Amino acid sequence: MSSTEGRSADRVVRSLVVRCADWPLVAAGATPDQPAVVIEGGRVVVVSPAARAEGIEPGHRRREAQRRCPSVVVYPPDHDRDARLFHAIGAALEHITPRIELSVPGVAAFPTRGPSRYFGGDHALAKQVMTAVAGIMVGLGWPDSVGVGVADGRFVAEQVARVGGVTVLEPGTSASFLAPLPAGMLGRPELCDVLRRLGISTLGAFAALPAADVVARFGADGLVAHRVAGGLDERPPHTAPPPPHLTVSIELDPPVERVDQAAFVAKGLAERLHDGLDAEGLACTRVCITAETDTGACNERIWRHEGALGVGAIIERVRWQLDGWLNGPAVLRPTSGVSRLTLIPDEVGPARGRQLGFWGGETAADERAMRAMARVQGIVGVAAVTVPEVRGGRSPIEQIVRVPAATVELAMSRGGQPENDQSRFVAPWPGRVPTPTPALVLPEPLPALVCDQRGSVVAVSGRGALSAAPATLGEQNIVDGAVGAVGAAAALPIAAWAGPWLTDERWWDPVAHVRRARLQLLLADGRAVLVCCEHGRWSIEGWYD
Amino acid sequence: MFDTGGVTASPSPSFLNAGPDPGTNPGTDPGSVIRRLSELIRPVTFAREQTLPVLEPLAPLLADGALTRGSLLRVCGIGATSLALSLMAAGSRDGSWSAVIGLPELGLVAAAEHGLVLDRLALIDAPPTRRSAELIAAVLDGVDLVLLDARMMLSGAESRRIAARLRERGSVLIMVEPVCSMAPVIALSQTSRTRTSTARTSMSQAAGGWSPDVVLTVAGSQWQGLGEGHGTLRRRRVRIDAVGRGRAARPRQLEVLLPADQGSVDVID
Repeated sequence: MSSTEGRSADRVVRSLVVRCADWPLVAAGATPDQPAVVIEGGRVVVVSPAARAEGIEPGHRRREAQRRCPSVVVYPPDHDRDARLFHAIGAALEHITPRIELSVPGVAAFPTRGPSRYFGGDHALAKQVMTAVAGIMVGLGWPDSVGVGVADGRFVAEQVARVGGVTVLEPGTSASFLAPLPAGMLGRPELCDVLRRLGISTLGAFAALPAADVVARFGADGLVAHRVAGGLDERPPHTAPPPPHLTVSIELDPPVERVDQAAFVAKGLAERLHDGLDAEGLACTRVCITAETDTGACNERIWRHEGALGVGAIIERVRWQLDGWLNGPAVLRPTSGVSRLTLIPDEVGPARGRQLGFWGGETAADERAMRAMARVQGIVGVAAVTVPEVRGGRSPIEQIVRVPAATVELAMSRGGQPENDQSRFVAPWPGRVPTPTPALVLPEPLPALVCDQRGSVVAVSGRGALSAAPATLGEQNIVDGAVGAVGAAAALPIAAWAGPWLTDERWWDPVAHVRRARLQLLLADGRAVLVCCEHGRWSIEGWYD
Repeated sequence: MFDTGGVTASPSPSFLNAGPDPGTNPGTDPGSVIRRLSELIRPVTFAREQTLPVLEPLAPLLADGALTRGSLLRVCGIGATSLALSLMAAGSRDGSWSAVIGLPELGLVAAAEHGLVLDRLALIDAPPTRRSAELIAAVLDGVDLVLLDARMMLSGAESRRIAARLRERGSVLIMVEPVCSMAPVIALSQTSRTRTSTARTSMSQAAGGWSPDVVLTVAGSQWQGLGEGHGTLRRRRVRIDAVGRGRAARPRQLEVLLPADQGSVDVID
């Protein structure tokens, strides 16, 4: 072990991480040479190598992904399936070491101390693991997506595994490996955003900040990120085992053979575990789930989570684990039902509670509103509830569009900018009519007639000159395509006007090309209106109400 | 004045204003006991003290200088949409959610310019009439500021039920009837007296059996900045008349810029 010297808080556990890149796609049955993505919550979360080559990146919307690669195959997320199929990898690793730790399907880790000694060094161990896992991955058709990394600390090992192939970092070199990596690796977008604006772009620069200052500015979560950036584990490793009385266990009689039954039992069990932890002010960050059958077969996995494992998270992990075991391939399947289920809090820490977001995040009001929206969707249908999203454009109807509330994360900011920063509507759109914007924007522009003193329709030349000063605004009836003005009674006199604001949009596209001229008109009755001329036809776009 | 020194349990009115008698022990003096008890049972906050903030320039328009939770407002006239949006701005900025029911014409850019936080805004299409009441009640459960299209038709019983729900949940419901047709509008140049009476009429005959707590009428709108072929619309001077019930019964009048140069509402310099 490298770092036996130094304070105990700075000691790290040398770990091996096996990472199967794009696992959800592997589990979904995609092939590496096929452009495929998994979309969750309206955003791309997993991208296949072929799709990445087409320019699709995580975070894109479905439409953006399909624009970059029209033939992309979109898979829905299915965590249960991912976990079930990953059981095969876990079973292969079990031949090498009994202590496998899982966080998300696709990534498995274990401390190397024992197995490394047994197999004759980190390199030999890593090669052994690679052979075992690659054998399975070749069978699934994804031979190149396995990465095995050995390093001081789990986070570093996972970053090393991302490289692909077998990589072993010598003891003591973790910090120097991490230093040049971008701070975005920490997977905390809000923190990284602040760091970027502070001029800190690499993990090394962040790790160089004094820990006390990081805590003062970013709190407990910032401290975790700071430790990780410095090559340490998220939390100081626990020297003392958790108190054994916290372990909860239940006998199942008759034995349970279905996963949903087991998950139901696990709910009560997880609640008992939490009550025990709560009473001592602890939270569980790593849990060991053990299932035994009557015939003595036993399945044990360690699940970890960056935060604390709540009741729901534990139930989900029990389901994942048993799904893989009970419904897996016949060689691994137990011969009888599960008769005993045990939850061992493997690593506990002081419960810090769930803090409301420092940078906004979800508040009680958000939660209440989201519940109400869910009910409203039940009454009027999912499509009838929309939220605004800033898009950009020249006309008032383009700048902010309505997107179905069901497709976005309601608690998250959709402007991508500080709240109410009006510059976001203004910046890159020449030809836009200046603020204020009409408070009423007609969903369908209303055909109208803008006439001059003599009653003929005002025309706009290609250079933006008006044929005459507009004098009246009238209604227009379209009868069989012919345009006929209604009598002068319906025409409203214009007191003042300005414009035109000309836009010539998408001139490169013969179909979508539009040339428009917009005028602001102030009517004699005190109302103001925004009118638009396209192909010589006037219509009302909005009222300045 | 009665001498209350020897009386222990008689509810004499002088208890309420009797000062500490130098001859008796202040702990057992009935007057101080009652005062102490009344301190204990006094409500912590009155219903009217539970409010949602409004932007500073609009505060003189409302009885408490803020939107009373559980109240129903009706906004009408040319500029009603802008006024309704400005009324919601401060609450939205302070973390409340807002929802718009119906009103497909609402300009979302204008809403942002008036100060609504788009991240906490939900837009709900007008439901079929038979489900309107159910929908409004569901929205009121979770949203503090609700903007309702006044063109939605509800029966008298339904609107009364919603008003009760509104008071219970402590949200604020603002009804707005946008003026966006080509029909000419009668120039609003009336004397102050007839204006008030118009507002009262519009309050009593409020559509669909609603009985708003406050009716705000925008009148005398004057745009500034636009010329004969030059300039742009910059700001609008409006006069707002408020008439209401109960604490809001005294008619109020306010002249503001709506919108002002920055797009929101401002006082007239």
